[in-house]
Amino acid sequence: MTGLLVLLLMALALFGYWLGRRRGLALRRGTAIRIGTVHSLPVYHGLYVALVALLPALLVLAAWAVAGEAVIADRVIAAAPAASRPVSEIDRGAFMNDVRGLANGTLDAAFNPAATGVVPLYRTTRDGFELATGAVAAVLMAIGGAWAYSRLRPDFRARSQVEQMLQGLLVLASTVAILTTFGIVLSLLFESWRFFELVSPGEFLFGTHWSPQTAIRSDQIGSSGAFGAVPLFWGTIFIGAIIAMLVAVPLGLMAAIYLTQYADARVRRVLKPMLELLAGVPTVVYGFFAALVVAPAVRDFGVWLGISNASGESALAAGLVMGIMIIPFVSSMADDALMAVPADMRDGSYAMGATRSETVTRVLVPAALPGITGGVLLAVSRAIGETMIVVMAAGLAANLTINPFDSVTTVSAQIVALLTGDQEFDSAKTLSAFALGLVLFGITLLLNIYALSVVRKYREAYE
Amino acid sequence: MTARNAPLRAPTDWTSPAMAARVAARYRGERLFRLAGLGALCLAGLFLAFLLFTIVRTGWSGFQHSEVRVTVAFDAPALGIDPVVARGPAGVEAIRRADFNALMQRSAAAQLGPAADVVSEGAWLALRAAVLADRGVLGQTRTLWVPVRSSIDLIAKGKFDLDAPEVSRGVSNEDIADYRYLAARGLIRTDFNEIFVSAANSTDPELAGIWGAALGSLLTLLVTIAAAFPVGVLAAVWLEEFAGRSRWTDFVEVSISNLAAVPSIIFGLLGLAVFLNVFNMPRSAPLVGGLTLALMTLPVIVITARAAIRSVPGSVRDAALGIGASPIQVIFHHVLPLALPGIMTGTIIGMARALGETAPLLLIGMRAFVADAPHGLTSSATVLPVQIFLWSDDAQRGFVEKTSAAIIVLLVILLLMSSVALYLRNRFEKRA
Repeated sequence: MTGLLVLLLMALALFGYWLGRRRGLALRRGTAIRIGTVHSLPVYHGLYVALVALLPALLVLAAWAVAGEAVIADRVIAAAPAASRPVSEIDRGAFMNDVRGLANGTLDAAFNPAATGVVPLYRTTRDGFELATGAVAAVLMAIGGAWAYSRLRPDFRARSQVEQMLQGLLVLASTVAILTTFGIVLSLLFESWRFFELVSPGEFLFGTHWSPQTAIRSDQIGSSGAFGAVPLFWGTIFIGAIIAMLVAVPLGLMAAIYLTQYADARVRRVLKPMLELLAGVPTVVYGFFAALVVAPAVRDFGVWLGISNASGESALAAGLVMGIMIIPFVSSMADDALMAVPADMRDGSYAMGATRSETVTRVLVPAALPGITGGVLLAVSRAIGETMIVVMAAGLAANLTINPFDSVTTVSAQIVALLTGDQEFDSAKTLSAFALGLVLFGITLLLNIYALSVVRKYREAYE
Repeated sequence: MTARNAPLRAPTDWTSPAMAARVAARYRGERLFRLAGLGALCLAGLFLAFLLFTIVRTGWSGFQHSEVRVTVAFDAPALGIDPVVARGPAGVEAIRRADFNALMQRSAAAQLGPAADVVSEGAWLALRAAVLADRGVLGQTRTLWVPVRSSIDLIAKGKFDLDAPEVSRGVSNEDIADYRYLAARGLIRTDFNEIFVSAANSTDPELAGIWGAALGSLLTLLVTIAAAFPVGVLAAVWLEEFAGRSRWTDFVEVSISNLAAVPSIIFGLLGLAVFLNVFNMPRSAPLVGGLTLALMTLPVIVITARAAIRSVPGSVRDAALGIGASPIQVIFHHVLPLALPGIMTGTIIGMARALGETAPLLLIGMRAFVADAPHGLTSSATVLPVQIFLWSDDAQRGFVEKTSAAIIVLLVILLLMSSVALYLRNRFEKRA
């Protein structure tokens, strides 16, 4: 419906463009005796009419897209029979979800039987409002178009007007990034706030018992599950910051050293794309490989070592594969850091008779250490946000253990587990996912800001 | 002057055995270090090769399936189809209502003897497809190859050790007996699995395909590119050409560089909280998935587009300004067309990342079981990586090869996209 309306408006705008351009051409013919008497090209006349007609109409549609459903919900609930009217805010949302699902045909039967009776009302209300919005948009379009058309004269500065609107569009586009940031922060904060009304932040941040599965309804706080997230934080650090880095840092660093110090251009041309290929494999593929091949191998290895509780879903399997995935990232960061070390220092070391490896380990790496550290921190931030490998290979058991053969879970894996499946949106269980998201977002943000500042300071020191 | 008389030191004897040993040790260290560097790279390469080898080895058979030969008498009255109606305009509807399942069961029971139950539960779809393709089949007898159950298929492909005891084998004695019965009579064959490339998801491995997920991925990516490309390029133009140094500009730049590093799953939370719960957009829809991924790829596009715009020589701008073009005309007539290959490269890289992304799409409901290919931007759909995840999660053994086969398809598409990006980058670099 809305899509059709937008297409219609676009078609009308195209018509406006054609009218304006024709007018522009006519103006040009009328004054063709002296060149330069028409300020703008016909194209700009056309664009001016089209834009002035289209923008207000699009604004109306956008406003409707944002606020429309709320208005309809108000109307429908107010008009519904008193007996079937939902009471609380939560019931209201569930009730309207039922009604919408039935009306759109995505739901076969409602959870709330009263919803079925309201469906025709919802349909007529929605259709009425949509028709009204469409009409308002069309009228605005006609008025805007006519006004713009009436302004077209030889001395009318259509190009300047169009360019100003385009500039506005550019600014608007650049605010999308800011809006996204705000959207993330606000939605995480808002939902986390609702979570912390149910569970105290102290319990969440310092509790050591995590079992959200028993929280059935939000009004049963006393008997609901436990939300102590420490096992999750530990699992995240254990897999992402310890095991994965034990794999990725030495391998990535050595790879970078070989590529920058030893390999000639021909070898680099072959090996570097190979590392990029490693970075381009989707994480779900790594996850599948970890679950299919690495996890059973790790379990067998654990059993062979005599560890009785070696699990088929282990921290080690997920961490190993994640480490491999991070190698290209560490290697490219270390590459940049090593390349930024002034050639004088390297040449000085060679002049003293040091071998290449002595130069690397005693001069280059210490000199590049801040840059490498920054790169490793960025890699950690990427590893702890990584989801699919952990979901598929590390499992969901919230264990507080340092046994790498045991299964642990991470923040990101829990977010997926908490939010997939059909459950009521406002329970503590689903809201806790947003609190976990907030922690994850905060930590990765801090890591990134700190790491980038380290890298930048280090670059400045050598420039 | 001679107050500080340094004691004379003997010159270093470079040829002494002690010195030679030290030098040798240092060179040995050097060689080891170099070897360690090469070893690290080789390890990464070996891992990649092993991963690809495993995927291809397990996935190759996913593109094939086993079929059993059945001769079917398409008796129109028994099917409840009027042959005249079937040829008319209401024919499709009449054929869709007919009971092909019963016909399939009868035919299988009559011809396959003790092995009649090897036929897949969805085998009747092949009969219906035959009638839909050619109405003339009605009233005639045709020999068809129809798909078999997944366990029989796996036996035919040699996925089980048939000599192992039944408990540890993963397949029952009955199934093996059925397979041997069919194989001995030449009633079973293995050929290209057209179901896998044309069907959507199914609970039965032998009936599941990736076409639905591939279409879902395509629709999602269309939304992503339609939303992220214009916004990203316009934002890059503003930042690079118009924005002066101001607090606001700094703020925009910091937001973009931070968004580039935000874990993808956070974008899933954003999509869930904003698109689904505030705007009430439909769950599982390519529209929502595409918009979520668009927010995720936006920073990538902005950053690469800025670099591409920056690399356009200043002389081009000066020349255009010099002959009277306005700043906007300079950008849209000269700078952007020159920067386009670079922008396209960045966009393709961003799209490739979006195509492989799973976690945020799980949160906005794209893990729902969808048995049909999506019809539009708002219908329920799934995408290739999510399909891979769902199949890998499935306990049925037949899905392992499907998972790997779907991964092969995904990797091939990604490789093609990267090659295009690489080609554009090389062409662009040559000109600049």
